[in-house]
Amino acid sequence: MSENLQSRRSFITSILTLGAAGLSASIIYPIIKYLTPPKQREAEVSNVSAGKIKDMENDSFKIVRFGNKPVILIKTDKGDFKALSAQCTHLDCTVQYKKSEGVIWCACHNGKYDLNGRNISGPPPRPLDPYMVQIKGEEVFISKKA
Amino acid sequence: MVKKYFTKTYEWLDERLDLTSLSHFIEKKYVPVHAHSIWYYFGGVSLFFFLIQVLTGILLLFYYKGSADLAFESIQFIMSKVEFGWLIRSIHAWAANLFILSVFIHMFSVFFEKSYRKPRELTWVTGVFLFFMTLAFGFSGYLLPWNKLAFFATKVGTDIAGNIPIVGNIMKGFLRGGDDVTGATLSRFFGFHVALFPGIFTILLVIHLIMVQRQGMSEPMETEGTPETEKKSMPFFPNFMLRDLLLWLIVLNVLAILAVFFPADLGEKADPFSSAPAGIKPEWYFLFMFQTLKYIPAKIFIMDGELLGILLFGFAGLLWVLVPFWDTQSSKGLRNRKINYIGLFAVGFIIVLTILGWVS
Repeated sequence: MSENLQSRRSFITSILTLGAAGLSASIIYPIIKYLTPPKQREAEVSNVSAGKIKDMENDSFKIVRFGNKPVILIKTDKGDFKALSAQCTHLDCTVQYKKSEGVIWCACHNGKYDLNGRNISGPPPRPLDPYMVQIKGEEVFISKKA
Repeated sequence: MVKKYFTKTYEWLDERLDLTSLSHFIEKKYVPVHAHSIWYYFGGVSLFFFLIQVLTGILLLFYYKGSADLAFESIQFIMSKVEFGWLIRSIHAWAANLFILSVFIHMFSVFFEKSYRKPRELTWVTGVFLFFMTLAFGFSGYLLPWNKLAFFATKVGTDIAGNIPIVGNIMKGFLRGGDDVTGATLSRFFGFHVALFPGIFTILLVIHLIMVQRQGMSEPMETEGTPETEKKSMPFFPNFMLRDLLLWLIVLNVLAILAVFFPADLGEKADPFSSAPAGIKPEWYFLFMFQTLKYIPAKIFIMDGELLGILLFGFAGLLWVLVPFWDTQSSKGLRNRKINYIGLFAVGFIIVLTILGWVS
């Protein structure tokens, strides 16, 4: 009799445990899923216009929107164009061109890159990703490197 | 007449809620008096700042709009159009800074007094978590005006979270609400700042305060051996409480002076497609970590310098939470000078790197 009671009890305990686990999972799983941001398809951008050549002075820069990423476009003192990812490889700040030193500089942690995007001093661990610059007539276009 | 009504109300409540036992408890509560008694006040001051933050935070909620398009403008509106809006926001901003400062002082005074020793280990642990929560409040609240400095500070801060091994990327996505810092991040931080964190903080605070009440104020190790009759103390009510309230009043005045003469800045609106401005710095309480990360080289052997920094700070934080469990000597009533040296090193490190970060 008592053995019977025992097995009934353990049966009920395991059923209840299973039920509690199922209930917890059915509450926690949707919450975790809800909190994970949905993957939004990045706008497929392969090519953007960065404005007219004459609108940029020599030895200056601007940040261009490439899809939802910032790209730095530099017009060197010789009038050449260079385009690189503007996201510092250290902690994701947006870089700028430092005229006085002729380098790309990140103000957040003093990281520096040369004009080819190579990390030359400070904490950045990797170079900046390069982009391609094309000139069509008077206009400057930036595109992803193949 | 008034007294009669008051007595009647008290009796009515007492009959139902047994207030007498509560008043007996308060009557019996004593605060030790000794050379280091002054440090007892910083817990109360921290509590006062929290109450101010709750009140001014609720007031700001009446006008603040938590979206990337409207956040900056809504704060401009609060600062320029709403009557006393500038005052409420400035008090909220100043109190945030002083709150963190006061918690720092409270925590380090407890550390140096070794008040975390048995039986108050869990009071310490909840206290350190409350400290982490104040930093989280600071970090999440900083983004809400959606200005340039806040935008890049959040980029850096969330990217640091992304560098944590294994869970980093999931955490970064969770914090940012996507791959980048956008309006989605602002919505999340707004939710953390005004709902999630206050909830967690309040629960931790209640536990912390209940433990302090249950165990009474900790005494310094030096007076522990002296006979009860020779120990000095004062009643909590009204003696200590009145002193507490006087200090709260002074703090409120300091806060008002700071808010009136140095109102909170708003800066420029965040623009995800502009460069990080020169001279960008985080809030002062993160400066020491920010400055340390600046000094760590990109690569140390095969490890990213960044990762090493994060692991070191994470490890230091863990050791800090667990102090009562590895400083077993203090719990036995033995002097442990090592703890003083560690504390002094921590304070020195924080102060020196904060100054270096400030002037650089």
